[in-house]
Amino acid sequence: MSDPVIELSGVGRRYEGARAALDGVDLSVRAGESVAVLGPSGSGKSTLLNLVAGLDRPSSGTVTVAGVRVDRLNETGSARYRRGTIGMVFQFFNLLDDLTVADNVVLAGELAGVPRGEARRRAAELLESLGIDRHARAHPGRLSGGERQRVAVARALMNRPALLLADEPTGALDSASGEDVKELFRELHEDGQTVLLVTHDLTLARDCATRTVRMRDGRIESDTAVAA
Amino acid sequence: MSALGRVVRAGVRRRRTQSVAVGLAALVATTCSVLGGSLLVASRAPFDQAFDGQRGAHLTARFDGARTGADQLAATAHAAGVTAAVGPFRTLTLDPEPTPGEHTPAGAQLPPMAVAGRAEPAGGVDNVQLTEGSWPKRPGEVVVASGYETSAATGDTLRLPGLPGAPVLKIVGFARSVSRTADAWVTPDAIGSLTAPGSTPGYEMLYRFADAGSTAAMDADRAAVAAAAPAGALTGAQSWLAAKEGSDRNTAMFLPFMVAFGLLGLAMSVLVAGNVVAGAVGTATRRIGVLKALGCTPAQVVRAYVAQALIPAAAGILLGVVVGNLLTVPVLATTGHAYGTTASGIAPWVDVAVAGGTLLTVALVAWAAAVRAGRLRTVEALAVGRTSGGTRQVVAARIAALAARLPLPRPIGLGLAQPFARPARAAGMLAAVVFGTAAATFAVGMGGTMSWVQGAKNHDASDVLVHPQRPDLPHGAPGAAGAAAPPARPVAADPAAVTAALTAQPGTAAYYGLGAVDVTVPGVAGNTTVTAFVGNSGWAGYRMVSGRWYQGPGEAVAPATFLTEARVGLGDRVTFTDHGRPVTVRIVGEVFDPHMQTNELFTDAATFPAGTAPSPDLWFVKLDPGTDHAAYATALGAALAPLHMTAEADARHSSSGSIAALNSLTATLTLLLVVVAGLGVFNTVVLEIRERTRDMGVTKALGMTPAQTVGVVLASVLLVGAVGGAIGLPLGLLLHGRTVPAMGHSAGLNFPDSALDVFGTPLLLLLALGGLLIALLGALLPAVRAARARTVEALRAE
Repeated sequence: MSDPVIELSGVGRRYEGARAALDGVDLSVRAGESVAVLGPSGSGKSTLLNLVAGLDRPSSGTVTVAGVRVDRLNETGSARYRRGTIGMVFQFFNLLDDLTVADNVVLAGELAGVPRGEARRRAAELLESLGIDRHARAHPGRLSGGERQRVAVARALMNRPALLLADEPTGALDSASGEDVKELFRELHEDGQTVLLVTHDLTLARDCATRTVRMRDGRIESDTAVAA
Repeated sequence: MSALGRVVRAGVRRRRTQSVAVGLAALVATTCSVLGGSLLVASRAPFDQAFDGQRGAHLTARFDGARTGADQLAATAHAAGVTAAVGPFRTLTLDPEPTPGEHTPAGAQLPPMAVAGRAEPAGGVDNVQLTEGSWPKRPGEVVVASGYETSAATGDTLRLPGLPGAPVLKIVGFARSVSRTADAWVTPDAIGSLTAPGSTPGYEMLYRFADAGSTAAMDADRAAVAAAAPAGALTGAQSWLAAKEGSDRNTAMFLPFMVAFGLLGLAMSVLVAGNVVAGAVGTATRRIGVLKALGCTPAQVVRAYVAQALIPAAAGILLGVVVGNLLTVPVLATTGHAYGTTASGIAPWVDVAVAGGTLLTVALVAWAAAVRAGRLRTVEALAVGRTSGGTRQVVAARIAALAARLPLPRPIGLGLAQPFARPARAAGMLAAVVFGTAAATFAVGMGGTMSWVQGAKNHDASDVLVHPQRPDLPHGAPGAAGAAAPPARPVAADPAAVTAALTAQPGTAAYYGLGAVDVTVPGVAGNTTVTAFVGNSGWAGYRMVSGRWYQGPGEAVAPATFLTEARVGLGDRVTFTDHGRPVTVRIVGEVFDPHMQTNELFTDAATFPAGTAPSPDLWFVKLDPGTDHAAYATALGAALAPLHMTAEADARHSSSGSIAALNSLTATLTLLLVVVAGLGVFNTVVLEIRERTRDMGVTKALGMTPAQTVGVVLASVLLVGAVGGAIGLPLGLLLHGRTVPAMGHSAGLNFPDSALDVFGTPLLLLLALGGLLIALLGALLPAVRAARARTVEALRAE
């Protein structure tokens, strides 16, 4: 059995004047696994994802990703961790509108210190493999939702991350585009990419995940393997 | 509260950054405008303002104490035309010596001091203004007039060796009398102990008249006072018109400078406030779309956003009036010093006008921006920031793509492209940097020119100064006319004897002596002062505007005032009459002489017929390199003692308080304008970051470090700073190039090119970088704040 890529132990997150967003969460995700975190709004899914991404810090417990104690990192350390270890896909794509599709993807590589030529080659490969290379010089505003999400995935994969994090990747898409993105995540999983995705979309979880973790009120309610 | 009111309140509270930015912009704009407006007001007839403020004396009359009494003089207050009078005050002239100390070097000399015994600084006429310390309360204390030449400070003492028991006066303060009625004031009961045995103190009466606007009127007023006093009692009288004339010359010189700074301040205020308010409303376009979607009419939207801008602006304006007044008081005090008057207070109407004007500007700019946003179709307003499109975005995207290909670190490339996404906002920021750089360049230029003027004024600086045991009474000093007779003074020694002593003294490299005589020149009103030089005056520091310094007898140089009045130019001959003897000189140069700014001629003593040249009473000596100045002065002083002459090392005969004041004023105003420019950048960058919060969150989520985020923000102002510097520099040079000649013209002076050519290449390069510096400093704080912002919250931003 492979080593865990994500290891959460007794993780709590409490915001001032509010009930705990997370309360004593333990979770382990191994390399190659694709885990879908499900749950109603306010159950703590996004908080969990933010902690793993190093965007937020736990009030208690430890968060370890690919051997890195993420909860101990300072801002610069967190930034370096995000560049090298994870890739992120957001519900609303979060592409930079004033950059071309190719430049959006290349940006992630350049921030990680990849030489520009190499970053461009890698971006071209990714865009081609994701079937959006014809839009490389277009700006994101001219693409469909599904295409934009593919660009976001390409950007997330730019630095060959150990872990791909996705926050409602189909949440802002029409059904056709949503199917398109589901297929993409299925392929990524089949290629061995470790994925942690937060979603309301049960079909996405069923089709693309090997495990589903259900959360409620900041706690893990169930953690079950998805039948093959 | 109405629905619209709640929208406004929520908008002000929720969009704290914009509210703070608008408030801050209004604050700096108001501060700057109060200062600029006050400077403009203070520049308008400052002498008249100060004279009216102090109820200055139209006539300062001095009476012989042996020929009249206090009661008789009090009765002169009823002379024809007199509207107010104070006095009589006992007066006398002292010959003080400073006590060497922290402020006064050993051997320093003081001019005679006309002292009045006065119990209170105010009294209905010539309300003397204390600028420092307190009014004398007991004998032994003295308050010195600001115009009296001394380096002593409050707490220092003055010795009076000519009086029995060599009493000492302690300086308890400094005061300014616009009418210049005395050099110093003591308590009335102190006069007795300061009176030399065998002499009688004089009297001083200060009058105001119904008609005092012309020389003729003042002559009539003087005659009325003389007639009201016992016959022959009036020994001298000083008209306020003389003080006004002297002050007006200074004012004329400084006026263009003050006006330039005042206008710069006002222009920057409007610019910064307008830019920030327009930006703040502009960033709210999407919210305006939401309000419209909820059913707000365009008119309601406009009202809501004008109100939303006015609330923080009003707070900023109120605070700005307070800060502006606090800053203006010391600046006006310095201005008063520059003008040679007392500081005029802040005109309340300036506060009201600035506050109202700024509020109106904010309202108009907010209205224009809100109307524009209100007219947008709701769907377009809602889509702002979410979609790309339009020519502006296409251009910005192309430039961003271009920047991505530059061989620069990626954060720098990202930042460089940002100004093109909001060209109007970038233009506003650019204007602030341009103004800031222009102001700094102008100020540095003024500093250079003023140093040049100071250098010209210091033409009489020398290693050693030789003079009679007391220097002569300066022209125009209050003690010059009407005071009780000062103690007898030694006269200037025989020039041949002084020359022999100087030549014999080892270490003498060069020397010249000068004496002055008043002559008449046909076509020139009043007297012309001819300064006659003995010895080699070629090394004297006189600066030429054109032509050359005289090279021998028969040649002369003159300042522009004389050349203009005599209607002569270089090469022309001028004949002056000295005690009935005509003397002809050829003008070979125009000298820059800001001292008297009156009719003067400089020539060799040998130009006069033998034995008729004025005797030199001051000698300036240059020493061989390596000579000990103090030892030389001691040895020469011993040699000159039998001639009743003394030598002083490193004497700087001239000093210019007004130039020092101008330089200090320049530094203060420049700092303020540069700070305002920096705040203009700061405010714009704050708005820009607010608008790009989400993008910054994205890049941080992708792994951009805090340092790289700072790099992006700083890079976003690089171009603006560089271009602003490149435009501001020539603008500042132009302003300097236009203002200096205007200053000279106002004062009847011509500045040579060398007075304008004060910028070296390294200085120009530094000033060109000033724009970058203003931009980077203005952006630094928001950049650090952006780097520290939490990524999760940034990603949630709309």
